[in-house]
Amino acid sequence: MSIHPRTQTLARRHSPLSDTFFQLEVLNGRAVTDVKVPLFAETIRQAGYADGVLMPTRIEIFQVNVGKLCNQTCAHCHVDAGPDRKRENMSKETFDQCLEVLRRYDIPTVDITGGAPEMNPHFRWFVEECRALGKHIMDRCNLTILLAHERYRDLPQFFAQHQVEIVSSLPHYNARRTDSQRGDGVFEASIEALRLLNEVGYGQPDSGLKINLVYNPTGTFLPGNQGALEREFKAQLQRRYGVVFNHLYAITNMPISRFLDYLLESGQYETYMQTLLDAFNPAAVAGVMCRNTISVSWEGYLYDCDFNQMLDLKVDAPCTHIRDFDLQTLEQRCIVLNQHCYGCTAGAGSSCGGQVA
Amino acid sequence: MSKKRYFDPEDLKKFGQISEWQKPMADKFFAWYGEVFKEGALTEREKALIALAVAHTVQCPYCIDAYTTTCLEKGADEEQMMEAVHVAAAIRAGSSLVFSTQMMNHAKEMTM
Repeated sequence: MSIHPRTQTLARRHSPLSDTFFQLEVLNGRAVTDVKVPLFAETIRQAGYADGVLMPTRIEIFQVNVGKLCNQTCAHCHVDAGPDRKRENMSKETFDQCLEVLRRYDIPTVDITGGAPEMNPHFRWFVEECRALGKHIMDRCNLTILLAHERYRDLPQFFAQHQVEIVSSLPHYNARRTDSQRGDGVFEASIEALRLLNEVGYGQPDSGLKINLVYNPTGTFLPGNQGALEREFKAQLQRRYGVVFNHLYAITNMPISRFLDYLLESGQYETYMQTLLDAFNPAAVAGVMCRNTISVSWEGYLYDCDFNQMLDLKVDAPCTHIRDFDLQTLEQRCIVLNQHCYGCTAGAGSSCGGQVA
Repeated sequence: MSKKRYFDPEDLKKFGQISEWQKPMADKFFAWYGEVFKEGALTEREKALIALAVAHTVQCPYCIDAYTTTCLEKGADEEQMMEAVHVAAAIRAGSSLVFSTQMMNHAKEMTM
């Protein structure tokens, strides 16, 4: 069972979009396109957020992006992850600094993402250390990694042993829809991986082991109602493949990185930005993930969310690196906003945990 | 206002403007329309697929664009959407063919 990407990373293609500054220029209508969307900060000011400022509530989720290395190259990836991103991997020293912060502060959840985080050589050790600190661990697992190499085959047992909550992308119960976004063969491998996770108890009633799936549109449309999609996915995956899962998180595609490249290449950038703007929902602003999350990069820099991380928009606070982490200071920061933020406030809103409004 | 062509996709965005010339009726229509497409005994996805099929029968380009998008949003895939259109097409074809029974009756009366 092998997978074949339909695209390459922007980095490998030497695309100008692999430069985060260039992406921000595009989003602000100063490069490639002159499409100007109203400033996000101004839009939320009109929605009642004084001075267009968004503040955190409380940091409850410590999201660690351990690197850009991945066995897949998905067409919409906001990380520009792929098999060629071998250099960008979190070091043991930076993991140690993360653990020091987790020891010091009562932040209950550690959300591990990538790339394929399991490919980082320190992944299992980090999970064990976090568990020893009593943290709840989420792993954003792409499923196919479980079948990518012999050394990953026992991951389901490892996850179960440490009660790791698994969050996995599966954009559709239809193979063609899934493979069009994630690469040929990904659907079949994902179903096989789901079976392996189900076998050790994931998604089974009363096991306490949670596997949540992430739905995101395989194109330029917005996700429909999360609850209705979840019911449909559960019925179809059970009927067609006999696999089960706990919840479906519907996430909107963010107009950055490879999805931005797709929008520009297909001539749909303007239409998509207008779709996001038309669907702006003031009620979704309150629940966006940057309000209760801090995001750490493989190099240890701090961001409001994984999307700001990928645009290299560091936190607006005196401490911008994990070695200087100070919870009180960070909880008083203003969240860094830019035009991509419309992606999290469209329709029912979007976060790493799905819809928010 | 376009004078050169019918069916400008941009006109779909103006649908709400029909209330400018007859508000009470338009308000009732849009309220009813919204209610129709809410999840009920049928799911939103099923209703979107029915709408897509009907759109092909009434050959409304606006409706085809709108319900292609809605079907995708509601999680329908290409197979489901094409099957829905085949249902519409089959009824259209069948509704022509079934009249051939009249042709047959009439021809039988007239021939030896």
